[in-house]
Amino acid sequence: MSSQVSGHAENVVTTDRRGLLSRIWNDKETRSVIIQVLALALICAFFAYIIRNAVVNLEAIGKGFSFDFLWQPASYDINQHLIEYTSRSSHFRAMIVGLINTVLVAIAGIVLATVLGFALGVLRLSKNWLTNKLAHVYIEYMRNVPILLHILLVHGIIVHTLPRPKSAMNFGDTVFLSNRGLVSPTPHPEPLFWIVAAMFVAGVIFAILFRRWARRVQDQTGKIYPVFWISLLAVIVVPVALYFLLGSPIQWEVPALKGFNFKGGWNIRPEFIALWLALSLYTAAFIGEIVRAGITAVNYGQTEASAALGLSRGRTLNLVVIPQALRVIVPPLSSQYLNITKNSSLAIAIGYMDVTATIGGISLNQTGREMECMMIVMLIYLILSLLISTFMNWYNNRIKLVER
Amino acid sequence: MTTESTQAGAGADPYKQHYEPGTHPDLPPPFATSGPLLWLRENLFSSPANIVMSLVSLFLLYKILPGVIDWAVLDAAFTGADRNECRAKASGACWAFISERLRLFTFGFYPVEERWRVWLAFVLLVVVVVAVLWEKCPFRKPLLWFGIVYPLVAGWLLVGGMGLTPVSTDKFGGIMLTLVIGVTGIAFSLPIGIVLALGRQSNLPIIKYSCVGFIEFIRGVPLITLLFVASTMLSYFLPPGTSFDLLLRVLIMVTLFSAAYMAEVIRGGLQAIPKGQIEAADAMGLKYWPSMRLIVLPQALKISIPGIVNTFIGLFKDTTLVIIIGLLDPLGIGRASLADTKWNGLTYEVYLFVALFFFVACFAMARYSLYLENKLHTGHKR
Repeated sequence: MSSQVSGHAENVVTTDRRGLLSRIWNDKETRSVIIQVLALALICAFFAYIIRNAVVNLEAIGKGFSFDFLWQPASYDINQHLIEYTSRSSHFRAMIVGLINTVLVAIAGIVLATVLGFALGVLRLSKNWLTNKLAHVYIEYMRNVPILLHILLVHGIIVHTLPRPKSAMNFGDTVFLSNRGLVSPTPHPEPLFWIVAAMFVAGVIFAILFRRWARRVQDQTGKIYPVFWISLLAVIVVPVALYFLLGSPIQWEVPALKGFNFKGGWNIRPEFIALWLALSLYTAAFIGEIVRAGITAVNYGQTEASAALGLSRGRTLNLVVIPQALRVIVPPLSSQYLNITKNSSLAIAIGYMDVTATIGGISLNQTGREMECMMIVMLIYLILSLLISTFMNWYNNRIKLVER
Repeated sequence: MTTESTQAGAGADPYKQHYEPGTHPDLPPPFATSGPLLWLRENLFSSPANIVMSLVSLFLLYKILPGVIDWAVLDAAFTGADRNECRAKASGACWAFISERLRLFTFGFYPVEERWRVWLAFVLLVVVVVAVLWEKCPFRKPLLWFGIVYPLVAGWLLVGGMGLTPVSTDKFGGIMLTLVIGVTGIAFSLPIGIVLALGRQSNLPIIKYSCVGFIEFIRGVPLITLLFVASTMLSYFLPPGTSFDLLLRVLIMVTLFSAAYMAEVIRGGLQAIPKGQIEAADAMGLKYWPSMRLIVLPQALKISIPGIVNTFIGLFKDTTLVIIIGLLDPLGIGRASLADTKWNGLTYEVYLFVALFFFVACFAMARYSLYLENKLHTGHKR
């Protein structure tokens, strides 16, 4: 008996001795600490290694690491600059000009792609066979061909197929479309115009307040006001009427053909048009599919139920279908907006001077500061992405289903 | 028949059915309530708005289609030695250009006498792809095992060494380059993406946040900046005196790029798996990796198939961006060929040809994913 007991005890001791490591390993908390410490050590070692390499390599070719070059003159031209810029401006200013150009094409692209995308999504759901199939063919073509090819193709069409400025397409002697871009008149507002502008702002504020008030009245009494028509009247009709009543207080500087190109007026460059159209047409196809999926995701019973409640078709759409569809649509939509912003960096292929082409392209090549320039460019895109996703998350939280 | 039934209706027999003239079920349905006319009426002309849309669509087709067909087919020149010869023959497209440059479009500058290796690698790729996609494929098991080592075999065949003449990777180009980048990216981004997605779901904070940081960083910057990093400054981070091949650097960047997107797609799938599944696996005594491999991942990957294939398609299309750092994929070859004085200015032919190539490849992938989705769909559908 005693020998049995001692044998058993011996057994326990041996497993214990053998299992010191395995005991540590099998304890959940200790193990997680070990794994994390190892992972952290590996990551730190990796970064230390590449940073050391970078320091040694930079020293070997006599390059430092500083951002001083940003204040040196850039000495190159940028063909589209919304703020003052000459070739004597600094690299920093070139970067800002590029950033503005990126933001400009991204916002314009987001607006156009959203409008076209919603239209395409609705067309894809149309009962009309022909329209439906046309939208389908368009979407499949756009989605399955690389965006870079679309950009080059649209740019090619503008540069090679549109007429030269001399025989530009003429829209009422004010707007001209040629292979040098779109030229439109520049407005020069007179003092009286600011009254119209003030009226417009007042109209917008009135519309917002009226909307809130009408909603409250409807919640309390059930009385419905024609909010849309009254808002339209306040925001558009009244200011426009006022504009003509005051005798059109804007002077238009109409462009005129001088030599080989137009003088005066606003010139929207062909690179901008090509990039903007290609980005919007491409992304619209994706948004179209997202919208279609969102609308089909709303159960048909919802439409039937609102018909049973006696809601009209328009109100069914506005109050029942679209709010529910939006919840499905918005998250993928925001990633499409991010895609437009990131894809706008392909501008470099057709010579639109965005942030990649200025600081990440010409400045990089001129100063040879690859490390600093690429860090700036990446940081800018990260910040832009963060801004867009913060905004879209805010919007998504606003329209999200409120649950218990 | 009609006369009979009216007579019967007027007659004494109450059990005989009475039919109004023209309503007997044996009669053919009236004109325009069946067949193509009904289809036309229901699908194209059912309401005034519908009629307007049909007319607008028809007008668009009338405006676009004849011109395109004329240019691309009816009025196109398929043979000719240079652009002027094409123009002399026909006013439309000059496809002779594409057919003359077809080999360049396919192989880039890969040496002519070694091109059998590209063909062999391509045939092996087709075999592996068929084995992966087609469940009833004969010898599927061994072929799948071969599929795992295929990237090494293909790399050896294309680059050479070990008995084959070495070919420098800057000779790679055209469709072959696209396939090299696309297939490598697809093959390696899926496993890396799975690991990243699991890491992001992990309860170990350091693992979790390093995965989150990596994924969000990659997803926040455009691919083009990563390619710039690969081409201009990656060598700074290597030990002094070493440098490696540009194509390899691009492959690594493209793979990491699509792995980050893949990780997000798979995370969506992982999040859709009910917690009970993991708890049940724990209760069965399964450890982390077995429970992931046997319980969670099969379900999560099945849900994320459409997203995974979409990422593949995106990756395949993104291979065109390498032209910006000077590699010559079909688009790059095309643009380089346009500089040739013999074929100057045939932009649309080049772009349409390249567009067709990408369309066929991506459309096929999308269709296969649709098929797979329907096959694996086990729930109810409205």
